[in-house]
Amino acid sequence: MTAVMGVLTQAIHLALLLVAAPLVVGVVRWLKARMMGRVGASPLQPLRDFLKLLRKRPVLAENASWISRGAPYVGAAAALAAAALVPSFAHGMALAGLGDLIVIAGLLALGRVCMALAGLDVGTAFGGLGASREMSFAALAEPALLLAVMSFAILAGTTGLDAIAMTFQEGTLGLRVSLGLALVALLAVAVAENARIPVDNPATHLELTMVHEAMILEASGRHLALWDAAAAMRLTLWFALLAAIFFPFGTAAPGWAPLGWVVGLLAWIAKMGVLCLALAVFESAIAKMRVFRVPEFLGAALLLGLLGALLLFVSTSLA
Amino acid sequence: MLTALSLTLALLVVLAVVPVLAAQMPAGGRRLPVGMIVHGGALLAALVFAACGLGALLGGPVAPRPLMPGSFAPLLLALDGLSAWFLMLLGLVGACSALFALSHANQAPVRVLAAYPLFLAAMALTLLAADGFTLLLGFEAMSLASWVLVAADHDQGENRSAARLYLVFAILSGICLVPAIGLLAAPGGDVSFAAIRAMPPEGPRAAVILLLVMVGAGAKAGLVPLHAWLPIAYPAAPSHVTALMSGAMTKVAVYLLARLLLDLCGPAQPIWWGVPLLVMGAASAVIGSLRANVEEDGKTLLACSSVENVGLIVIGLGLACAFRGADLGALAGLAAGAALLHILNHGLFKTLLFLGMGEVQVGAASRRLDRLGGLIQGMPWTAAAMLVGVGAAASLPPLSGFASEWLLLQALLSAWRVGDLGFQVLALGVAALAALSAALATAAMVRLFGLVFLGRPRTPRAAGAEDGPWPARVALLLPAGLTVLFGLLPGPMLALAEGALQRLVRQDVTERATLAGVVVGDGAGAYLPIGIAALLAVLGAGIWYAVRRRTPAGVARSPAWDGGFMAPPQHLVCGDPVTQPSAAGFGQPLRQILGTPLLAAHARVAMPPPGDPAPARIEAGFADPSDALVLAPVARLRDAISAQVERLRDLTLAQCLMLPFGTLVALLALIAWLEAR
Amino acid sequence: MSFGTPAYDVAHLLGGGVLLLSFVLLYQRRLDAVISAFAVQGALLAAAAAWQGYIQGAAGLYVTAAIAFVAKAVAIPLALRLLLGRLGLHRTVETALGVGASLVAAVALVGLSVLVILPITAGQAQALTREDMALALSVVLLGMLMMITRRNAISQVIGLMSLENGLILAAVGVTGMPLVVELSTAALVLMVAVVAGVVVFQIRDRLETLDTSLLDRLRGG
Repeated sequence: MTAVMGVLTQAIHLALLLVAAPLVVGVVRWLKARMMGRVGASPLQPLRDFLKLLRKRPVLAENASWISRGAPYVGAAAALAAAALVPSFAHGMALAGLGDLIVIAGLLALGRVCMALAGLDVGTAFGGLGASREMSFAALAEPALLLAVMSFAILAGTTGLDAIAMTFQEGTLGLRVSLGLALVALLAVAVAENARIPVDNPATHLELTMVHEAMILEASGRHLALWDAAAAMRLTLWFALLAAIFFPFGTAAPGWAPLGWVVGLLAWIAKMGVLCLALAVFESAIAKMRVFRVPEFLGAALLLGLLGALLLFVSTSLA
Repeated sequence: MLTALSLTLALLVVLAVVPVLAAQMPAGGRRLPVGMIVHGGALLAALVFAACGLGALLGGPVAPRPLMPGSFAPLLLALDGLSAWFLMLLGLVGACSALFALSHANQAPVRVLAAYPLFLAAMALTLLAADGFTLLLGFEAMSLASWVLVAADHDQGENRSAARLYLVFAILSGICLVPAIGLLAAPGGDVSFAAIRAMPPEGPRAAVILLLVMVGAGAKAGLVPLHAWLPIAYPAAPSHVTALMSGAMTKVAVYLLARLLLDLCGPAQPIWWGVPLLVMGAASAVIGSLRANVEEDGKTLLACSSVENVGLIVIGLGLACAFRGADLGALAGLAAGAALLHILNHGLFKTLLFLGMGEVQVGAASRRLDRLGGLIQGMPWTAAAMLVGVGAAASLPPLSGFASEWLLLQALLSAWRVGDLGFQVLALGVAALAALSAALATAAMVRLFGLVFLGRPRTPRAAGAEDGPWPARVALLLPAGLTVLFGLLPGPMLALAEGALQRLVRQDVTERATLAGVVVGDGAGAYLPIGIAALLAVLGAGIWYAVRRRTPAGVARSPAWDGGFMAPPQHLVCGDPVTQPSAAGFGQPLRQILGTPLLAAHARVAMPPPGDPAPARIEAGFADPSDALVLAPVARLRDAISAQVERLRDLTLAQCLMLPFGTLVALLALIAWLEAR
Repeated sequence: MSFGTPAYDVAHLLGGGVLLLSFVLLYQRRLDAVISAFAVQGALLAAAAAWQGYIQGAAGLYVTAAIAFVAKAVAIPLALRLLLGRLGLHRTVETALGVGASLVAAVALVGLSVLVILPITAGQAQALTREDMALALSVVLLGMLMMITRRNAISQVIGLMSLENGLILAAVGVTGMPLVVELSTAALVLMVAVVAGVVVFQIRDRLETLDTSLLDRLRGG
């Protein structure tokens, strides 16, 4: 019975993700536009773009190899697989056993490598530039992520995301400085992973500072649609991850609980809305930083993660 | 089983004699296909090694017995779990290397053909040794044979200096390991492992052994700061030898670390025993992976990546030491299991990468990243196999590199359970550095694959590259297949390593390793690679199907937009290489972020003097910290000693005779004193 | 008092916040951002003192909190901002040590203070006090680090005042510490004197630099 419920929860979760991903991107764009005094496109615009791009025949460079044709599928599958492992409205999904935080980080790295290889495939200057920068920034972001994971793992005794989220939901841990520091570190990593301001500007194609867009400059048609979908899925994933760990309120317990599911769903929508608003406010308030300030930004995140784990050692040795 | 192994060793020695004899035969007439015989024999021997290793892992250890009855020394051979694990790896790596050599190295000079089987035999002898003397014999033979192979191409000056540097480090290893074995010896000078294990060293004697073994085996494994020879010697050797050196020889050095420090020194050592291993491992991991991002020669890049991976393995061993000292048996098993699994996985994927790079060197006549490009068009098999190796080296799920690094990170995340606050802080730093080096390795591997196989050819030779013959392709596809397989089955592999783990930490991990994956902690943290792979496959197929239904089939082709550069001149048929990403350009961000503080990387624009029409040039370089910290002082010491020794020339005849006489008397006095005690 | 109780958690969080702001001070390059970060640190310190007053039931700490808030979160930042505007100082801090390197050094210093404080206080005080002491010592060391690694006089003064914040944090954390209020007031007076001194010196420096630049220009080339 629990297995059936797990599969059902997982299916609802996947459907929810597929609905949420374009909406999250659309809502953030719409909110930003409103804050800047523009009318802004409808929040459904990313979905329309996706459907339109799917109908176009891709144009590939003459020397593009099968990497260019295969990478979008692998990248999108990796993003979707990672997102499928992050709990949204209920715990106890069928795939929760797979959802280890380090594995999720590995799946994100898989998507990133796919994108970098696709950027390098044609051998144009922009693609190589973007790939080089993306991999360099990730070299600092990944250890920061791991140190945040370390704080969670010490507190919850595991790196399994579902178990961490459930432990935090019980609320017996209290407020911890380490968790605050891990939150800051994780936010910085999330900003870098999703190519948001101040690390990268998602709305530009004509800037020498671009990172993410530079890699997919050659993509078109269904390939571009898949890259955009993967980026949207990654943003949703990070929102869901932050919500699951730091705002674990209302998430339904494992098993059959229709009422709990409705509450969990509403809570999740509210959390995602708040995170969208926070991102939009943050991005409107600050400017993009110079590319060579980014390592400092991520390095600071890494050190804060280190500090968080350090203070946690102190608390555990005191307790 | 030991009989079969002894016969195989004898076969290898005979194979080494064949090319020498063949060279003595008069020219003219029908020449023996010497290369074919040697490499075919080596392939056979390697397969025997792999089969015996696997057999001993499945069937249990084999008790020690002498290699040849009535020889000058006991020369005990045995095959326990630890030896078998490494022997299996040696067999697999050796088979791939011999297959590659069958296609590409049959015309090698006699010295290479003679040294190659000896190298293989020496490594096997080291692994099979059951007493300290045999161990040293095998190890030194391995050093000498590999030195001959590094010096194979000695027409070029840089290869000669590489071989010289390699020899210096090999001698250093010997200088440290001989007294280490001497100190380990049980009372009465019994150096058999069983006797040593019965009376493990303690106190200051154990500390001296730790220091000597760390330096001796660490220099062979390429641990920072003793890694200076590695990025220089690997490219100098032929590709199939480099694969064997990186895949198997560094692992033999790690075997020495594991055998001497974890097994023979016994489980009663304190926590801090792990600390030197952790520190050197973390330093190797970071320096190696960072250098891999700035090197511009494919093989040097891979050599630096080997330094990184050996560092990760040694971190695992160090954690196992520390956990064992803190009586955390389960965690010690986890850390040692991570190290053993990474030894196997790295051995295979690095063999694949080096052989692939060798194939590239044959096909495109260069190893320099800036002279390759676009090889995926002409060498699809090599490219596909290399993609697997690159993915594993970049630790991407569900390949093998990720499985062992996942285990290692889990062990590091649990390191705080060792209650000592100082150790916790150290382990925290090591965890950050290990994660950093894993991410740096990902960047380096993307750089390697992207610049060599993707993009447009940068030279006409790269445009005309082709895949090698079938044996060489099999030599790439075999490790690629095993990399995928071991990535999917870390649980069964860990169960297979049971015997080795028993030797290292006296702890089993059977309950952690299931068919589907690996479980840590109280069961909540798990890595199930088959599930991840299935999830990726199902979702990928679903996406493909959904997209295909709504989208027009096929693609249109058109010229790439090249960032607004002017069209290339007529004679550059493959486009202008300078409009493509370059090796230096791709590494630039990391070089600037981390290379400046850690590698003293510098870049400046050299302007010609006014009036000189020469172009301004960017002068960039970096200095490995070990050069300034280790090599330069040693060179100064050598100069000082040789200056002193020069003074001996001025001695008179009587004084000259005094020197050996005095030495003799001093030695006799020493013996008299030792006997009197 | 241990983990999970709100009294502990909030005190712990506020102390950690003060330390985090010390890192922000080291990370920021622009002077106005440094001043804002210092103001927030002052406010957090005031909150920490007030919270300690509440859980220890010591009314005197409320006075300390009020003084800290008025002076450090409002008055001194305001004065520094005025100074910046009046003098038109360079808005970017020149660092003697790179930002990344000083952050690495800062984490190492925190590790050091933890390694020093915990064994020393073992078995002597409450968990909260011990942890607070470690945090406070870190803040003090980071303040010193900031004074060393910054060339600009204003940021050096801010480093000094953040050092003093650390001292106050240590003082309020210890239950039954005598003369906390008097101590913080005295320290504040000292700080005001230092700030005033710096204002004077800045103006003098400013005039001097103006002078020399004028002279340089006159010398011609």
